[in-house]
Amino acid sequence: MELTETPLEIQHLSFRYSKGDHADVFSDVSFSIGQGEIFTLIGPNGTGKSTLIRCIGGLLTAHSGEILIEGEAISRMETARTARIIGYVPQTHLPTFPFPVREVVVMGRTPHMGMFSSPSDADMRIAEDAMDTVGLSHLEDRPCTEISGGEWQLVLIARAMTQEPRILLLDEPTSHLDLGNQMKILHTIKRLSGKGLAILLATHFPDHAFLISGRVGVMKDGGIPLLGSPEEVITEETMRSVYGVNVRISTLTGDGGRRICVPLLSSDRSGQ
Amino acid sequence: MRVGEGTMVKHQDGKRQWGKENYSLLRVALIVLLAIVTVISLMVGRFEVSPTDVVTAILSVFYPAPDLSPTIRSVIVDVRLPRVIAVILVGAGLSVAGAAFQGLFRNPLVSPDILGVSAGAGFGAAIALLVTENIFVTQVMAFVTGIFAVGLAYAISRVYRVTSTLTLVLAGIVVGALFQALTSLVKYVADPFNRLPAIVFWLMGSFNHISTSDLVVAVPLLLGGIGVLYVIRWRINVISMGEEDARALGVNLEREKTIIITAATVISAVSVSICGIVGWIGLVIPHVGRILVGPDHKLLIPAAALVGASYLLVVDTVARTVTVTEIPIGIITALIGAPVFAYLLRKNQTGWN
Repeated sequence: MELTETPLEIQHLSFRYSKGDHADVFSDVSFSIGQGEIFTLIGPNGTGKSTLIRCIGGLLTAHSGEILIEGEAISRMETARTARIIGYVPQTHLPTFPFPVREVVVMGRTPHMGMFSSPSDADMRIAEDAMDTVGLSHLEDRPCTEISGGEWQLVLIARAMTQEPRILLLDEPTSHLDLGNQMKILHTIKRLSGKGLAILLATHFPDHAFLISGRVGVMKDGGIPLLGSPEEVITEETMRSVYGVNVRISTLTGDGGRRICVPLLSSDRSGQ
Repeated sequence: MRVGEGTMVKHQDGKRQWGKENYSLLRVALIVLLAIVTVISLMVGRFEVSPTDVVTAILSVFYPAPDLSPTIRSVIVDVRLPRVIAVILVGAGLSVAGAAFQGLFRNPLVSPDILGVSAGAGFGAAIALLVTENIFVTQVMAFVTGIFAVGLAYAISRVYRVTSTLTLVLAGIVVGALFQALTSLVKYVADPFNRLPAIVFWLMGSFNHISTSDLVVAVPLLLGGIGVLYVIRWRINVISMGEEDARALGVNLEREKTIIITAATVISAVSVSICGIVGWIGLVIPHVGRILVGPDHKLLIPAAALVGASYLLVVDTVARTVTVTEIPIGIITALIGAPVFAYLLRKNQTGWN
């Protein structure tokens, strides 16, 4: 086995839902994410972003190709072991039972615990640290069904951090959220990458890629045809071909001269 | 999506929080309640016994009590105590199984017999009662067919490859309906003068033929099932978050689901085999538990066990003392359970609001 420092490496990954299906959801997808790197995955609905993330999280099994975590194939790893390395923040859904926020966050300790044990005080402290990091401490006793959508998303991120993973997968953590909460989430993600986590983020907002920099991949037609820095990948032409809308890419005068991507309402496909 | 909508169980008022001290206090209170109910249940009956004699008689099992009248000792130790032990364990077991299933299936409206165990066990007992009067054969048949019914539901759900919890529940409903029809068939062909009444009474549930020898097998099985659900109780929280979340958190879902279903099924099958079908308790008591301690299964499972044990003991004591002939316990649990459940639904907005 080759020795590698790369936390996450995807090699020629293909996925289809059942053997009878001839069409792959995606095929021959390859990329890697380094330590402390944020990889943003964009692309239209239904192109397989979530499916790819769930394959990496070990929730779905790819039919060919390999996912290497720190050089080791995920297909040969036990569920609990995967969960100690990969934290997965699913698309929002609410639990059936109104557990207090603290109880949901401490569930992140599950892969570190035996089947018949309950969280210890040490587990509780790790959960409290995670709530502290994302700024949830004041809500720890609140039933999770009585907090806002943005706060719930932070609960899920804190839960994933409580797993103490080295890789974090986030599936559209900012959809359904208002502007303030979107920025709060992105800020948290950036801070986590500063701590050395390799982060894969699927989002519907191309502009977020400019905000958090890192690398961008565009998922389309069952692959990732475009991959590189936000400046290289997110251009007016590519956005038009990917989403079928006109966008304007512009450079801000302030804010370090970062680029922004603004969609235009004109349905005129020719551009101007 | 707005958080706070579409939840099935709503916290009482959003402010209720249980500190550790409060919870310990409540647990002590529930244990004391069970002890009091136990002593009262042992006192009352056709032959009244004083509280001191009850305690002396129980202690006489371990230390000889020469002053105690043999009649009192016999009434308490040989007649009432086995019954009380069975009632406590069945009450605790069905409540714990119900709480575990509601968590596992992420639905506060399911009961322990959702996978067809009661229907299966009822059929087994009916068949046995049709051909024999041997109580032991009836119990074994009930237990075996109860387990078989759940195994069948599990197998059917597996045919579709994905053993999602929904497929499992649907398969359970199918199996339950099948066995209920078969039970009706058995009743239809049964001799209406002696076999049919025996089957009907047995299905309505009663603890009146419990003897010490029944307990030898039933107690370890019930304690085992309750024990397994007790030690795995925190995991039920994680599983109740949904299959995908549980897997992402490293839960070996197939294995843990099987453990929970097996434990709950053993509890239910043993219960039906020793006392017939006692409905509603596994559905209602977990809700009462949630009102007391909140949704965390770590606290809910023990609370449900204690509340369920006390509740069923009160019901059974009423069933055997208020009238000259004993009232089938399943009738009383349903008469109380249904309106209480309706009230809880309303009070907690437990439905889909």
